[in-house]
Amino acid sequence: MTTPLVELKDMCIAFGGVHAVDHVSVDLYPGEVVGLLGHNGAGKSTLIKMLSGAYKADAGEIRINGKEVQIHSPRDARAHNIETIYQTLALADNLDAASNLFLGRELTSPLGFVDDDAMEAETRKIMGRLNPNFSKFHAPVKALSGGQRQSVAIARAVYFNAKILIMDEPTAALGVHETQMVAELIEELKKQGLGIFLISHDIHDVFQLCDRIAVMKNGQLVGTARTGDVTDDDVLGMIILGKCPAGAVPGPGAFVEDVPAG
Amino acid sequence: MSETALAGQKSPTARNLIAALQLDTRFLGMIGAFIVLCLIFNVFTDGRFLTPRNVFNLTIQTVSVAIMATGMVFVIVTRHIDLSVGSVLATIAAVMAVVQTDVLPDILGLGHPANWLLAILAGVVVGVVIGAFQGWMIGYLGIPAFIVTLGGLLVWRNVAWFITSGQTIGPLDETFTMIGGIGGTMGETGSWVFGIVAVAAALWLQVTSRRRKASHGFPVKPIWAETTMAVITSVAILGFVWILNSYDIPRARLQRIFEASGETLPEGLTMGYGIPYSVVLLIVVAIVMTVVAQRTRLGRYIFATGGNPDAAELSGINTRLLTVKVFAIMGGLAALAAAVAAARLGFSTNDIGTLDELRVIAAAVIGGTALAGGVGTIYGAILGALIMQSLQSGMAMVGVDAPLQNIVVGTVLVLAVLVDIIYRKRTGD
Repeated sequence: MTTPLVELKDMCIAFGGVHAVDHVSVDLYPGEVVGLLGHNGAGKSTLIKMLSGAYKADAGEIRINGKEVQIHSPRDARAHNIETIYQTLALADNLDAASNLFLGRELTSPLGFVDDDAMEAETRKIMGRLNPNFSKFHAPVKALSGGQRQSVAIARAVYFNAKILIMDEPTAALGVHETQMVAELIEELKKQGLGIFLISHDIHDVFQLCDRIAVMKNGQLVGTARTGDVTDDDVLGMIILGKCPAGAVPGPGAFVEDVPAG
Repeated sequence: MSETALAGQKSPTARNLIAALQLDTRFLGMIGAFIVLCLIFNVFTDGRFLTPRNVFNLTIQTVSVAIMATGMVFVIVTRHIDLSVGSVLATIAAVMAVVQTDVLPDILGLGHPANWLLAILAGVVVGVVIGAFQGWMIGYLGIPAFIVTLGGLLVWRNVAWFITSGQTIGPLDETFTMIGGIGGTMGETGSWVFGIVAVAAALWLQVTSRRRKASHGFPVKPIWAETTMAVITSVAILGFVWILNSYDIPRARLQRIFEASGETLPEGLTMGYGIPYSVVLLIVVAIVMTVVAQRTRLGRYIFATGGNPDAAELSGINTRLLTVKVFAIMGGLAALAAAVAAARLGFSTNDIGTLDELRVIAAAVIGGTALAGGVGTIYGAILGALIMQSLQSGMAMVGVDAPLQNIVVGTVLVLAVLVDIIYRKRTGD
């Protein structure tokens, strides 16, 4: 197989003695969606925040296209074309869609002033592609519905030619129709060769959207599996008990039975 | 053409009219309240409130607080507060006074033409350093702004005391005092030129903005709405100039000016004061701050951080450094305000700027800056400062008892915020 787009190797981070992420290794290939699953507090979001630059890892190695990189801030992550759509959306509620889309990377006129009109024009273009019904270009984003806000957040990731996309619960706040829209978008991005990490609680979503899954429990990796090789129940067993089924590759966090069966 | 036709088909209700003009309804309400306030005072003072003389005085009294209020907008928008501005103003006024009366005369000589400028520069440097230092403690050490600036309120007031050994320092440099208000005005001709240039600039801005929008294919306002706005702006600017020009320099003073240049005052000659230099300074500050707020990355990040600090940080914005910058700007503006306040008195005194922090915060808040962060405008804060000052001097002119004046001002502040909360709930912004 080709070189993985992203390799996270032996990632560790601790907060005040709690090992939130404990020697976790996962990888991601181009055109692939990897679902990260686990209970609340299993360490999924923390793991991903080390890749997006929100947290700095205590130990471990991040490789992009086979080359080791240092990610210390969200700016570093963006420089490697890593874009993140956070669970809390990370939008500035008081600003309009264009300002949010370009936040931190504003388009400027030759004199160095922020060029709102150019940003609005670009925003209209990309929203025309992602969510043609979107029309509130001058309203602050707090006046938008959950789906409209989500499309702003996704537009932000897509516009800047992300190679690696991290989606933290992208459909949690959405209705059926809007969830469908996100699913179609993920398919579209996969075809373009992006690698996507998808954090989700919804097993149905995961089986529909992901090629592989990685399950975490108590900060450790229980195992990884192709979605075709395991069943819903297998995955639930991994999340709840940490039990690694036959179709999965066990990780350091896999539950080992005291008495061997038989 | 088609736009005009479309607009004409709608029933011309007030709501449609305001929507077409794209006016800020909240700001309109404030202007309405301000006009009502002025009319009431005018009735109770038998027409003395709305005379050119009083309008002139109101403007120059407002300048110092208004300059600082524009900086306070940024501070409050980023969810901080600055309680130290009045004391910082005192320290800077002391520095500027000592520099121009003690330090520079020894080096350059008394009355050297560069003294006033060097004194102001020294003050601005001190202001920016004090502001940046307080901002560093807030942003990098994580001490709440309320505490840092509450400490600053005590510290800087008494640093000023140390610098001057508690004495009143003066008289200040003659050129320096021209920035104070009545001591330095543009005269009638200068003011008209200033007014006409301002009108031309406003119209040019309107035209280019419309063109830019049209070139991107965005919807633009109907022509009649643009024309109405242009007329309102022009009348407001030229009307303001006309009022300030109508305040005549007293005959005795005019005579002294003519005698000083060795001429005699011709019979029947009158001259208006025109626009004070301090007001020009305020206008420049207002324009620069508005441009920073709306058209620079710094301004965008200030508002983004105020709206959602986490989002700002995750977008790669250095919010700590941003805090330092915001407080440094506040310090620099306190220095300009100190120059105006000290120049207006002609001295630097120990109690200069006392309670200014409260006036400045009140001006920003009445002007629509939300303490929750993320919302506020520069022009709103300046109008807020003007409303506060009008209330205060209006009541003084009517002869309201001193304690009652403060009771009214305090009540108005609370009521203004209540009205604002109700307004925001209704409109859903």
